[in-house]
Amino acid sequence: MLNWFHRLGSPKIFFEISGRWQVPLLFLSVLMLTGGAAWALLFVPPDYQQGDSVRIMYIHVPAAILAQSGYLMMAGAAAVFLIWRIKLADVAVKCIAPLGASITFLALVTGAIWGKPTWGTWWVWDARLTSTLVLFFLYIGVIALRSAMERQAGAGRACAILALVGVVNLPVIKFSVEWWYTLHQPASFSLTEKPTMPVEMWLPLLIMVVAYYLFFFAIWIMRIRNEILVREKSTDWVKQWLTVR
Amino acid sequence: MDGHGVYIWAAYGLTLVILAANLWWPMLARRNIIRTAKSAMLKGMNSQRPEDQL
Amino acid sequence: MNLFIASVQRDLLVHFRHPSEVLNPLVFFIVVISLFPLGIGPEPGQLKEIAPGIVWVAALLATLMSMDSMFRSDFEDGSLEQVVLSEQSTFIFVLAKVVSHWLLSGLPLVLLMPLAALLLFLDEAGTWALTLSLLLVSPTLSLLGGIGAALTVGLPRGGLLVTILVMPLYVPVLVLATAMVQAAEAGSDTIGYVYWLLAILFGSVCLAPIATAAAVNVATDQ
Repeated sequence: MLNWFHRLGSPKIFFEISGRWQVPLLFLSVLMLTGGAAWALLFVPPDYQQGDSVRIMYIHVPAAILAQSGYLMMAGAAAVFLIWRIKLADVAVKCIAPLGASITFLALVTGAIWGKPTWGTWWVWDARLTSTLVLFFLYIGVIALRSAMERQAGAGRACAILALVGVVNLPVIKFSVEWWYTLHQPASFSLTEKPTMPVEMWLPLLIMVVAYYLFFFAIWIMRIRNEILVREKSTDWVKQWLTVR
Repeated sequence: MDGHGVYIWAAYGLTLVILAANLWWPMLARRNIIRTAKSAMLKGMNSQRPEDQL
Repeated sequence: MNLFIASVQRDLLVHFRHPSEVLNPLVFFIVVISLFPLGIGPEPGQLKEIAPGIVWVAALLATLMSMDSMFRSDFEDGSLEQVVLSEQSTFIFVLAKVVSHWLLSGLPLVLLMPLAALLLFLDEAGTWALTLSLLLVSPTLSLLGGIGAALTVGLPRGGLLVTILVMPLYVPVLVLATAMVQAAEAGSDTIGYVYWLLAILFGSVCLAPIATAAAVNVATDQ
């Protein structure tokens, strides 16, 4: 198992293995996204409280879930890089940051759009949206540090340290924002509260969450493969690969 | 859709744009990388200068 | 231990000779606070209500202003590298840097709290809570800020970047501290907040220097 892990750390092996899985993964995720979205738009019954705007939940909630787990995955890759010095892990961190940031941005904006018909306002400083905003700033920090240090040798390790500092603080931040929110606005209904949902509501949600994850991995892999090509461009195997392109 | 249609379509539209952009960007980058790498290789092969050898 | 004391002594001495580096953030703090009545209106009731938030945000910004200099001069004259290469503990060195930063930036800010409270019409209970909250939190601010300072020390214009990196980390203490002042103004007990802020402080003392030392190692590895 550990041997497989180390093998996967080789850029060449990763490139080859991911090359085989790339297209099916992408295809499957796009299929699920389209299917799930269609289900959410056409077949899910309107909510008795929110009406049709509950359909936005099917694109907001998966984005919000992925925004957070994306950061966790980034921190995981950062830890792997710092502990085992596997350079591919650094590539993984570099490639996931903008992807995670854009998903977080998507979560924020769809959350705002959902809020308008539901609560009458474009933005609301509720616990979930506020901590998603802070999460967005954490992503931006990692991206900003990487871009400021681009040419320098320690950029990978610095960004990894920052990602880990962020992930350690993340529960503290979330907890404090949730607590702050209860102080200032005892809401009876929360935008992201999930009362027991009937199966015709949570099944499409599950499909969308899985679809988002698959899509995320597919894009992440695409970016990693690109970065591998750039970093390893002077190696023989890349030159070989290029000649048959 | 009881008046909420605009919001729903806006949200779904934005999602489509952002996800599609995330798909399109690495595809474009890949094409550029291959193109630059290949032309650099060609230049390296045609020229005798050591600095052109990758 | 010798390194610790020597480092703090040296930093204090250097800054006494060049006081502007210490004074500028404090002046900035007062200026920012003074802008709010100009922007919002002079009415005491209104200002008193948002005073905890204003003072705290101004304090965070002022702290971040002074953060850049924590490691920069040592980095530039090579002594940072010396410490890393030597047998001395980088963790202790980082703690020493944090202590001197706190003495030169956090502590003066604490002393300015009564003035800030006066300008924004906080009552006596609020003033006490404000001063106590900053006293409890300012070491944490220096500890967490040190991480950002160490990560960006090699960069030519790291100042603004430190703010972006460190601000999210300040959210929990901001939330707790302002709530503490508001509770004091409303007449309720604040001991719970004190415990929480102390807990965060102790956690930061143990963990933050690990990250800062790691970042210092990265910066001196070029």
